[in-house]
Amino acid sequence: MNLLANLIPAGAEIFLLVMVCFILIADLMLTNSSKLFTYLLVQMTLLGCSVITVGTHVEGVTYAFNHMFVDDLMSDVLKLMSYLGVSMMLVYSRQYLMVRGMFTGEFMSLALFALLGINVMISANHFLTLYLGLELLSLSLYAMVALQRDSAVATEAAMKYFVLGALASGLLLYGMSMVYGATGTLELGVMSEAINNGVQNKALLSIGLVFIVSGLAFKLGVVPFHMWVPDVYHGAPTAMTMMIGSVPKLAAFAFVTRILVEGMQGLQADWSGMLTVLAVASMALGNLAAIAQTNIKRMFAYSTITHMGFLVLGLVSGTVAGYGASMFYAVVYVMMSLGAFGMIMILSRAGFEADTLDDFKGLNQRSPWLAFMMMLLMVSMAGVPPTVGFYAKFSVLNAIIETGHIPLAVAAVMFSLIGAFYYLRVIKVMYFDAPESHVPINLGADTGLLISLNGLGVLMLGLLPNALMWICTLSVQQSLLVP
Amino acid sequence: MDIQTYYLLVPLAPLCGAIAAGLFGKWLGRKMSHRITIAMVGVAFYSAVQIFLDVMNGHQFTGPVYTWLVSGDTSFHVGFLIDRLTVTMMLVVTSVSLMVHIYTIGYMSEDPGYQRFFSYISLFTFSMLMLVMSDNFMQLFFGWEAVGLVSYLLIGFWYDRPTAIYANLKAFLVNRVGDFGFILGIALVLMVFGTLDYAAVFAKAAAHASDAAPIAGMSVNLLTAICILLFVGAMGKSAQFPLHVWLPDSMEGPTPISALIHAATMVTAGIFMVARMSPMFELSDTALSFVMVIGAITALFMGFLGIIQNDIKRVIAYSTLSQLGYMTVALGVSAYPVAIFHLMTHAFFKALLFLGAGSVIIGMHHDQDIRNMGGLRKYMPITWITSLIGSLALIGTPFFAGFYSKDSIIEAVGMSHLAGSSFAYFSVVAGVFVTAFYSFRMYFLVFHGEERFGKAHAADHHDDHAHADDHHADAHDDHHGDAHDDHAHHHGLAPGQKPHETPWVVWLPLVLLAIPSAIVGYIAIEPMLFGGYFKDAIYISEHHEVMAELHEEFHGAFAMAMHSFTSLPFWLALAGVASSAFFYLKRPDIPAAIQKRFQWIYTVLENKYYFDRFNDWFYAGGARGASTFLSKYADRFLIDGMIVNGSANMVGKISGVVRKVQSGYIYHYAFTMIVGVFILLTIRNWFA
Repeated sequence: MNLLANLIPAGAEIFLLVMVCFILIADLMLTNSSKLFTYLLVQMTLLGCSVITVGTHVEGVTYAFNHMFVDDLMSDVLKLMSYLGVSMMLVYSRQYLMVRGMFTGEFMSLALFALLGINVMISANHFLTLYLGLELLSLSLYAMVALQRDSAVATEAAMKYFVLGALASGLLLYGMSMVYGATGTLELGVMSEAINNGVQNKALLSIGLVFIVSGLAFKLGVVPFHMWVPDVYHGAPTAMTMMIGSVPKLAAFAFVTRILVEGMQGLQADWSGMLTVLAVASMALGNLAAIAQTNIKRMFAYSTITHMGFLVLGLVSGTVAGYGASMFYAVVYVMMSLGAFGMIMILSRAGFEADTLDDFKGLNQRSPWLAFMMMLLMVSMAGVPPTVGFYAKFSVLNAIIETGHIPLAVAAVMFSLIGAFYYLRVIKVMYFDAPESHVPINLGADTGLLISLNGLGVLMLGLLPNALMWICTLSVQQSLLVP
Repeated sequence: MDIQTYYLLVPLAPLCGAIAAGLFGKWLGRKMSHRITIAMVGVAFYSAVQIFLDVMNGHQFTGPVYTWLVSGDTSFHVGFLIDRLTVTMMLVVTSVSLMVHIYTIGYMSEDPGYQRFFSYISLFTFSMLMLVMSDNFMQLFFGWEAVGLVSYLLIGFWYDRPTAIYANLKAFLVNRVGDFGFILGIALVLMVFGTLDYAAVFAKAAAHASDAAPIAGMSVNLLTAICILLFVGAMGKSAQFPLHVWLPDSMEGPTPISALIHAATMVTAGIFMVARMSPMFELSDTALSFVMVIGAITALFMGFLGIIQNDIKRVIAYSTLSQLGYMTVALGVSAYPVAIFHLMTHAFFKALLFLGAGSVIIGMHHDQDIRNMGGLRKYMPITWITSLIGSLALIGTPFFAGFYSKDSIIEAVGMSHLAGSSFAYFSVVAGVFVTAFYSFRMYFLVFHGEERFGKAHAADHHDDHAHADDHHADAHDDHHGDAHDDHAHHHGLAPGQKPHETPWVVWLPLVLLAIPSAIVGYIAIEPMLFGGYFKDAIYISEHHEVMAELHEEFHGAFAMAMHSFTSLPFWLALAGVASSAFFYLKRPDIPAAIQKRFQWIYTVLENKYYFDRFNDWFYAGGARGASTFLSKYADRFLIDGMIVNGSANMVGKISGVVRKVQSGYIYHYAFTMIVGVFILLTIRNWFA
């Protein structure tokens, strides 16, 4: 295989890497007042990546670098969503970070490094590549949380995230080594074949699986590997919370499906049992704990745990429809959480974090449009039709009912019902309570446009979900080689 | 133009008018709003005339226009059935509606809700036309409910008056009872026939004539059940005993709608519906007897109530009830064409009487108490003449419209052999005297005798007369000018003030309605009743030979009128007029003496046979009692207390525990993760 054939499938990643390095160096030359140039450069980079990803797309599955790297429809779709997500994240957080003095070249390059990690994870076809991408992403995120060095809360959050993340990485690596011991390979396709052909040491393989699932569960943030989520979400500056809480979930979805569905299809009976427990525990604990929160970032942290539980539920079904529903759920979740965190940043200003429920009181009187957008987002997160959140939950439930998991579906609906309470509470305080402050909301044109598109998008996708659903189902069908 | 375009124009033109005046009324202003709506109703009237000419040439139409949805084998669609029955109703509705639209310009000129009013009456016209033009039960029900809605909106048009709100709520609730029966009837039609199309249902009706089903232990004939249930709907809409209680109160609405909705058109929807369903009613003698007896009770007993009313509109309202009873009796004896004929003549003369009353009310500056009137004929000559024509038509004076239709009904009832027909015959004959008495009591008190206006108001205000007429306080251009605003709370003529004739937009419709009220009976009786006019639209079984016998007796309109001078009804009517003249013009002390002597009868009548009391106590009170019970025990204790708050409390407690576990210590977190790994290991081994 010649060099070019190896490089073309990874064109977007190579371009991204080159640009990050360039931005890192170019930023050194720039004064603090001209960071806008860096910002525009970053946005251009994201646009360039999108063009390359679309341009290098080919029908079917292409392997590169000795089957360590894969380019297929699922990776392209997820990558495009990641670019969009990071771009939106930067628009939402520009103002917020500027007034806090954190709108620096470091922040933007770390975001791009994280994106590179995400891309590598999405396209990995080998345990080593997977781990490489994961660590690149994780290290970037740790650093981003710690970027606000003089904040004790942020530093504490970074520390917890780092230590627990290291523990999780250890678990994951331990599991990978055991699987390697049992199957003699690190490449997903070969591994799948080996498992199907039967391995000698079954116990080793299955204990390895347990450790791998534990490591994955930490990345997704599902119970009982969720403890870092509320503290990190709460402690990190909101822009970083948004970064942690949104786009990496796409990578996590790719990561989990590649390992479990592509690499360990033969062990489906084993891992789906574990995932069931994780999913139900996440939905139960996430929803119940979210009710008790007064800090809206903590509330969203528990809400994330719940959503990830729902996403995992789709994988339990073990069908193409179920995987497609999970992917749809991941994409939709990213959109909703970007909007929700974006709203917190819009309401924040210099020296003030709008991160408690009380800060949303009477938002309707201060800005009816923003209140309406927030209502759309909350309604969608609660899963009320006609928003897209409903359709996402509906398709997951549909998939698990078709495979006969009726009790699971009933439990999921009951917990969603409980969860509706805290989303509706946000709407209640926005519309029925008197505002606590009357400081005018400083809404930039770009942010205003984006939040409107985000809120209306949630509604539009709910009305016309078929195109996105179709592409998600097609992606998993083509990429995961499932029957 | 294609005739089918006219079909569409008839209902859609008023709808456009309603939308224009309703949504853009503020922007269009008063003048443009009434111009547009009147023009649109004019278009509908013109189209109806075109369709009438086409139908007279022998064309008929039935078929769907637009399919709304298909569920299984049942399709719900909008469709038109155009035949002679339909086109007669279309003409009546559009022509009376046009008159009322014009009249409204004058009557509502001071009202702040001017455009809203025009929008409502145009919307009503649309709904009523959809009702009569329907070719299926679904659309019939749509029109049925839509006219009910507009009626509700219009009774409560002056929504700042508590009496109006009470009245429209009452109309709404009473109609719920009727409509409940109606929709059960439609459901039963769907169950038995499997379709909602008139044509298909009527074609199969005979085949299902003896279908029976066990209900509550008895074997019930399904067709009878369908007919009676449908008729329960008609009882609500056409205000038949005992669902009549809403109609007198509906007089709280502005007078033009009392004429249009509560006299001429909507209340006759029930009559029209039964006539339309004649192929089904003809198959059930039980249902026909039921219809006839209900109609007879209404015709006689509601007439009595008219005698003691003092509010000019309420007198006419009770007369409407009584006349609707006459139509219903005619339906019961299978004389459907006669019922429709009376419906048509009644539409004209009753609309005339109502609009005349409205003219009097304007002249009296919104005083409606006939005890405060008298001698108005000098001041309002046009209103006087037209009202006289209307009253003569109502009591059945030979040659006037009402005579032909009412006399035909009485004769038809006399020929019937159904169970209960002798009671019905007695009721309709006795009703003639009662009708003549109360009509001319009102006529004499208003237009003749001593001038009682401009004096201090009678100390004992009748409680019916409860128009807290506040809406005029904020009317801007009071074109009556003088001293009106002083009477915002105490309206009527000031001492020394004289009534005056109303503007042309008010009296022109009176004149235009007076013409058909006088002559339409003479012209239309022969073709309509005996010329086979309805032969395709109305089915009459051979066992019910009333129409044929009527035909044998009939020797031309003129001969019929001449013959009547020797018949009982004529002398009864004359006696009614004479006695009311004697009581109210010659010896006004006699009624007072009678009232004292027979106080108990008077009390019963004044309380309207205690129907309202009973309804308030039994239905309203009972419903409130049951609601209180359910609210207290079922809702607040069981659902709120145990289930809702109980589960919420539990969730809250769990959340508190979870919050404690989130201690913030990193070694707790790490420990939890390790525990998690062990849990997963256990699960795996469990499954393996």
